[in-house]
Amino acid sequence: MGKENLFNKVWKLHTVKELPDGRTQLFIGLHLIHEVTTPQAFSMLRERNLTVAYPERTFATVDHILPTHTLKRPFIDVEAEGMISALEHNLRGSGIRFFDPSSGKQGIVHVIGPELGLTQPGMTIACGDSHTSTHGAFGTVAFGIGTSQVRDVLATQCLAIQKPKVRRITVTGSLGKGCFAKDVILNIIRTLGVKGGIGYAYEYAGPVLDRMSMEERMSICNMSIEGGARAGYVNPDETAFSYLEDREFSPKDEEFARAVSWWKSIASDPDAEYDDEVTLNGSAISPMVTWGINPGQSVPVDGAFPRLGELAAEERKTAEEAYAHTGFHPGERIRGTKIDVAFIGSCTNARISDLWEAAKIVEGRRVAKGIKALVVPGSQQVKRTAEEEGLDKIFIDAGFEWRGAGCSMCLGMNPDKLVGRQICASSSNRNFKGRQGSAAGITLLMGPAMVAAAAIEGKVADVRDYL
Amino acid sequence: MREARRTIRTMSAIQNQNPEIREVRGRALPLPSNDIDTDQIIPARYLKAITFDDLGNHAFRDQRFAADGSPKDHPFNDQRYAGASILVVNKNFGCGSSREHAPQSLLRFGIRAIIGESFAEIFADNCTTIGMPTATASKEDIENLMSVIRENPALDLELDIENNEARYLDFSIPVTQKESARTVLSQGTWDSVSLLLKNREKTDETARALPYLNHFR
Repeated sequence: MGKENLFNKVWKLHTVKELPDGRTQLFIGLHLIHEVTTPQAFSMLRERNLTVAYPERTFATVDHILPTHTLKRPFIDVEAEGMISALEHNLRGSGIRFFDPSSGKQGIVHVIGPELGLTQPGMTIACGDSHTSTHGAFGTVAFGIGTSQVRDVLATQCLAIQKPKVRRITVTGSLGKGCFAKDVILNIIRTLGVKGGIGYAYEYAGPVLDRMSMEERMSICNMSIEGGARAGYVNPDETAFSYLEDREFSPKDEEFARAVSWWKSIASDPDAEYDDEVTLNGSAISPMVTWGINPGQSVPVDGAFPRLGELAAEERKTAEEAYAHTGFHPGERIRGTKIDVAFIGSCTNARISDLWEAAKIVEGRRVAKGIKALVVPGSQQVKRTAEEEGLDKIFIDAGFEWRGAGCSMCLGMNPDKLVGRQICASSSNRNFKGRQGSAAGITLLMGPAMVAAAAIEGKVADVRDYL
Repeated sequence: MREARRTIRTMSAIQNQNPEIREVRGRALPLPSNDIDTDQIIPARYLKAITFDDLGNHAFRDQRFAADGSPKDHPFNDQRYAGASILVVNKNFGCGSSREHAPQSLLRFGIRAIIGESFAEIFADNCTTIGMPTATASKEDIENLMSVIRENPALDLELDIENNEARYLDFSIPVTQKESARTVLSQGTWDSVSLLLKNREKTDETARALPYLNHFR
């Protein structure tokens, strides 16, 4: 056996050429596209008389600007209508498969890739969205790209890209009651910083990851980019293989058996080498809440808004900026902070298991008066499954709005937006100023069960009180 | 006001449509703060367009203007820096969303190069793809440069791509660039699609060797 990690093995396998400038020409095994970051890419192709090189390796859906309350066309927002029409136009005759709402398979691009079995171990995956790192949960090399790079993949199925270093992050111990994948990744980002991952791909490992479901691993890999790492992955194991069995695009029968033996071979060798190693004690993790304007600014729910003096000198400037934006008071407890909106959704936490955990908290209870609460399933398939299981009723009876699949309030590009200085308990991935559609809005990131508890109390609550 | 200019040398090689970017010279605009994300650079609502053309008007929109449209105190509104072509920033500039709209909006605002303490990776790659150099310098040098610019807004700043140096007044500071970015910008080969298209056969060869594209045989 060699001493190679998965990232290097997969990278090597997909290397077309080492370019003279030092970058690698990397073959992209799976390219996912959506309505927002592609229209200019298709225009660039047309301008240069280029066609799509491997149309069978690109798959499209709509998620970012799609309204979640109605799919009636034309959309009221003329710009949204224009963008979706542009995608439909660009795809016509291209040979690219399109999972539009009428397919019953539409959803957030990082939810449907795995759900359809498109995402498989050992692939290189690119998409014009920074949360493409999500697909790393399956042992892939997956990362976000810009629009000119979307053009590159369409025209050549390749990218010119610099190989990053690999850092293994081992999470030891076991998670306590009420702690979930979101709390693990928020802890990792808090520990290593929002720029700690620049130049690195993260390999997440250790007993906590080994025990996690694929959906939990996806939540972790999803937020790699929030820690500065363009890619993050988990080695594929039986959990991954059994997830992939019987998915639409998964290999079938004997081919599946052959696939599994290859998937096993691309996992990191037991004595693989890494450029850096970090270990975190999973048993010490508490449910987390962000208090500031970047995902590294988080505290355990039973903690307090940090005083500037407690922070490393380097972090104080951003903290001051955060307090100027939020108006929160350093030293006060974060639990009990009043909220206006509760959002369960996004490519981080809108899969069926996220809805199960949230529904457990919500069942038999009511959303606090005056709170706008919404659940936005990550895909049409997640929505259907939830409805078959009666989760929709649990949420609706409690006072949540039950929406159609899409990115919704994660990013303020569709009708779901914060208004004015609203404070939102959100299961999404970014708490940047203005991220949720209001320049003055405030986002408190937390796991979906924590959002559910916050919706019930109308303020930041400790999910452990409900379990 | 002097126009920003790039030293452009046309390549004789026909395949290269890009100019060589060996230096960027012009007035500078200091934008202090760490972790300036791409949602701040260009709010998501301006991504609802099928071209990049109008993005220059919306760069830092919510940081520059209040909800009622009245201008806020922001370096991009500061007349002393009008016409600047080199942006000077702190750490982790361009973090967050992969939206190429962020560098495209800065380019259309008039920015031709960025010097900072550090850059988020996807952002930096997007800058390279559109021919906008990103160079890093030490915290001390950046802070000093920002103060000097504030004192002398008309200062002429020169980013020497080939020699990894930024020059102003009688000073020069060392800068670092991703070597691949420095190479493609200075050689005028930053149009990645031309580069990649050259290896079509090798691409197909690579695809033929991938188990998952060949029934795992």
